[in-house]
Amino acid sequence: MKLPAWFRSVISKFFQRSQIAEEMEEELRSHLQFRADDLERSGLRRAEAERRARIELGGRERIKDECHEAMGANLLDTLLQDVRFGLRMLRKSPSFTVVAVVTLALAIGANAVVFGVMNALILRPLNVPQAENLYGTEYGVDTGFQSYPNYVDLRDRNHSFEDLAAFNFAFVGLDTGKDPSPASGYATSGNYFDVLRIQPYRGRFFHSSDEHGRNSSPYLVLSYAYWHSRFQDDGSVVGRTIQLNKHPFTIIGVAPPEFRGTLLFVSPDFFMPIVNQEQVYGGNPLDARGNFHAVFEAFGHLKPEVTPAEAVADVNAVGAYLDKTYPKEFAQRSSSLSRVGLTSFGGAVRAFVTGLMLLAGLILLAACANLGSLFAARAADRSREVALRLALGSSRTRILRQLLTEAVLISLVGGTAGLLGSIVLLRRMSMWQPFPGAPIHVPISPDAKIYAVALVLALVSGFLFGIVPVRQVLRANPYEVVKAGSGGRVGRRLTVRDALLVVQIAICAVLVTSSLVALRGLERSLHANFGFEPRNAMLVSTNLSMAGYSDDRVLPMQKRMIAAMETIPGVERVGLVNNYPPLVYGAASRANVFKQEAADLRPSNASATPYRYDISPGYFGAASTTLLAGREFDWHDDKSSPTVAVVNREFAAKIFGSVSNAVGRYYKLQDGTRIRVVGVVEDGKYLSLTEDPQPTMFLPSQQTPSSQSYLVVRSSRDPQQLTAAMRSELRELDEGLPVDINTWNTLLDVVLFPSRVATVSLGVLGMMGAMLSITGIFGMAAYSVSKRLRELGIRVALGAQRKEVLQAALGRPFKLLAFGSVAGLLLGILATRVLAFIVYQATPRDPLVLGGVVLAMLSLGLLATWIPAQRALSVDPLIMLREE
Amino acid sequence: MADQAQLLPGTLDLLILRAVALGPRHGYGVLLRIGQISGNALLIEQGALYPGLFRLVRQGLLKASWGTSENNRRAKFYELTAAGRKRLQEETDGWNRLAAAMACALAAQPEEV
Repeated sequence: MKLPAWFRSVISKFFQRSQIAEEMEEELRSHLQFRADDLERSGLRRAEAERRARIELGGRERIKDECHEAMGANLLDTLLQDVRFGLRMLRKSPSFTVVAVVTLALAIGANAVVFGVMNALILRPLNVPQAENLYGTEYGVDTGFQSYPNYVDLRDRNHSFEDLAAFNFAFVGLDTGKDPSPASGYATSGNYFDVLRIQPYRGRFFHSSDEHGRNSSPYLVLSYAYWHSRFQDDGSVVGRTIQLNKHPFTIIGVAPPEFRGTLLFVSPDFFMPIVNQEQVYGGNPLDARGNFHAVFEAFGHLKPEVTPAEAVADVNAVGAYLDKTYPKEFAQRSSSLSRVGLTSFGGAVRAFVTGLMLLAGLILLAACANLGSLFAARAADRSREVALRLALGSSRTRILRQLLTEAVLISLVGGTAGLLGSIVLLRRMSMWQPFPGAPIHVPISPDAKIYAVALVLALVSGFLFGIVPVRQVLRANPYEVVKAGSGGRVGRRLTVRDALLVVQIAICAVLVTSSLVALRGLERSLHANFGFEPRNAMLVSTNLSMAGYSDDRVLPMQKRMIAAMETIPGVERVGLVNNYPPLVYGAASRANVFKQEAADLRPSNASATPYRYDISPGYFGAASTTLLAGREFDWHDDKSSPTVAVVNREFAAKIFGSVSNAVGRYYKLQDGTRIRVVGVVEDGKYLSLTEDPQPTMFLPSQQTPSSQSYLVVRSSRDPQQLTAAMRSELRELDEGLPVDINTWNTLLDVVLFPSRVATVSLGVLGMMGAMLSITGIFGMAAYSVSKRLRELGIRVALGAQRKEVLQAALGRPFKLLAFGSVAGLLLGILATRVLAFIVYQATPRDPLVLGGVVLAMLSLGLLATWIPAQRALSVDPLIMLREE
Repeated sequence: MADQAQLLPGTLDLLILRAVALGPRHGYGVLLRIGQISGNALLIEQGALYPGLFRLVRQGLLKASWGTSENNRRAKFYELTAAGRKRLQEETDGWNRLAAAMACALAAQPEEV
């Protein structure tokens, strides 16, 4: 009720004002008439009398202002007056207004987008109560994987967490009675939902009390999105029994819509109890302490009085206990706490997003610098107006307030435009699923925080560039300006405006440098040697447990699949790799290895922790991995024959000293198995493109079969046709087996995703930086040329050559450009250290990058000074001198 | 002109009220009346008058209305409100007390202390 009334009074004041002003004017006019009448009576002529009357009355504007104030014109009132005047002034110079608004809209929009991402990924990662107090524990192996018994011990022995929940991924075939299809979800501890403190949307959740040992809890909770898409919001689904990998599970509830799991990029379709993981997902023993694939992350709320540092010490103490108690299966490494949601990617993501935020902030700063100089130039051009207003009795504070109001008006309009644009972009991003077939997306929802940040940024930047001309106005001497005209002198010393321009060019150079570095890195990673050839290779993902194959039926079926693929015309080589091939979904497992003579097989004593791949004969051929020495596997390397391995060059060098040394030698696994090296292959990339050469061993998949595997099929045929042929072959073998066929390159997109994102975002910011510096340099050069036209005219008249004219006109902008570029380049080189986390071989020590930056900055300068240079050259001394 | 007195701060309002109390006046008339009743000893700067008038209107001591002057010019006329009359009385009393006290203080001779 109150607000509308307030608005009405504001609006009526806005409109009444002109009426009041008119009345005031009339009253003063009548005053002048009376006075003139008196003066006329004393003998003056009418005209002279009126003139005298006006002089006696003094500055009418000031009187009116004072009357307004006397009438209790409050802040709002003068503000409204300023706003109306500001709008009129801005309307009078539309090009200035448009440039300023667009500049700000871009800069604030960029900030809002980056802040939106930061808000979603770092500030408010999970949609659960008290998320700020929720910590994940990483111990054991680097990636946060740990075994279930270790989790149980940590849960029961720590004194820091209120409770500790755990989850793992579960990729299953979900069968509702019709059309079985793959689904991805979480296998979670019973207390998962209670630890997160969330309530079901429908039905109920499972709890710790539902766990009674292995495979005791066949319950399923659906995510809201999956319930919506697969079950069409059908409420009767609660209580129904469905099949996960051919095992019956009862749907007991649906999770709330805003809860999308505890990992940011992977939203699950369902949640199942982790105690049933082994039943559904064979070959992943839950009770084995050495099985680090059983739990992905454990997390919980810290107790209120416990600090994170204390919690780390506590977790480490439990780790030390486990190390002492289970020396064979556990290796103590120092643990750390992480924010739930990003796990071990957290560091890189945080560094990158923070870096982006910093860059976006710099862009905004550059925009402010730009607009600041525009405003300063404008204030200089308006010095006549300002001087007149001063002379007519307006106060300096009043004029400054006016200028600031204009600046803030521009910044608010620009900010609003930028915010609207950024919200559209953020909405798009949150809908976007970068990888078809993978449950990966970027969960961003614009919220009030983004609006607030954009508003604050707009206001702050408005004040920032608004105060640039303040000193100029305060110094203005009305008599000087009115007398001498706006010509003025061009100062030789460094002004604020010059400094701003240098800062801005430096920022731009930083951005250009880092985007070039990212681009080069991306290009290099696309052409790097992966240790395999992704082109012309198809990957077929199958999980035989989804179709209910028992362990002993896995191997024969896999052999049949390989044979079936080989019969397809055009297929050259076929191989199989358990779990995931290199560089797919960032999944790779490691194992400890020991020298042959090692007796103490504790993890802490391991000679190396190489990646481990279990492959079939023919895999190296299908992957195009070059064999450097020895032989590859054949079908005789099975369970009944001695255990053998093929290792990569790095492994050979690390354990045996050299490639030629390795073949025929032995090493040991954690469990004591003695393995003979039969071959050596080239190094490659396994987990990420940015990794250094890593030791890797390949073991025969026949000796350790797994129901989850990828077939690698090499063929130069068109992938589309080939896919159809492969699908029909596999359907002939087993109709109920879900298969997923992609090219290897498609799946590489996932590993390339971070560097692509980095390159695109840096490129966009770099372009914005470049645009800003072009307008900045252009503004400065144009202004300095127009100020010095007369001087240039005289120079030309005195016989100056084109070169000298250019030097006189543009020497200064170019000097500033050079100075700023060098500073920016140096800063950029420092900044790329952050980039090295994400982008493959991000190094600025690359002649192409350095050359590119110099070239880019130079062409920016040329582009920006072209028009002013033309203007300087076309000076006609005759016209110039006549005009003055 | 040389014998004009400097206006003390705060006295302008009182003078305006006094001038208007003698009958509704327009702005210029108030100016003339002040000159007249002070024996031309107090001359008010023309520009300072109007903010004073507006201030008094806002405080509800004066009310203004448009009318026609004796020589047929349109003008805004000011007259006292009841509150204005009361305020004039108070301020006049206060001023008289102050003036008497000041006069007394300034006239004091050494032997009287």
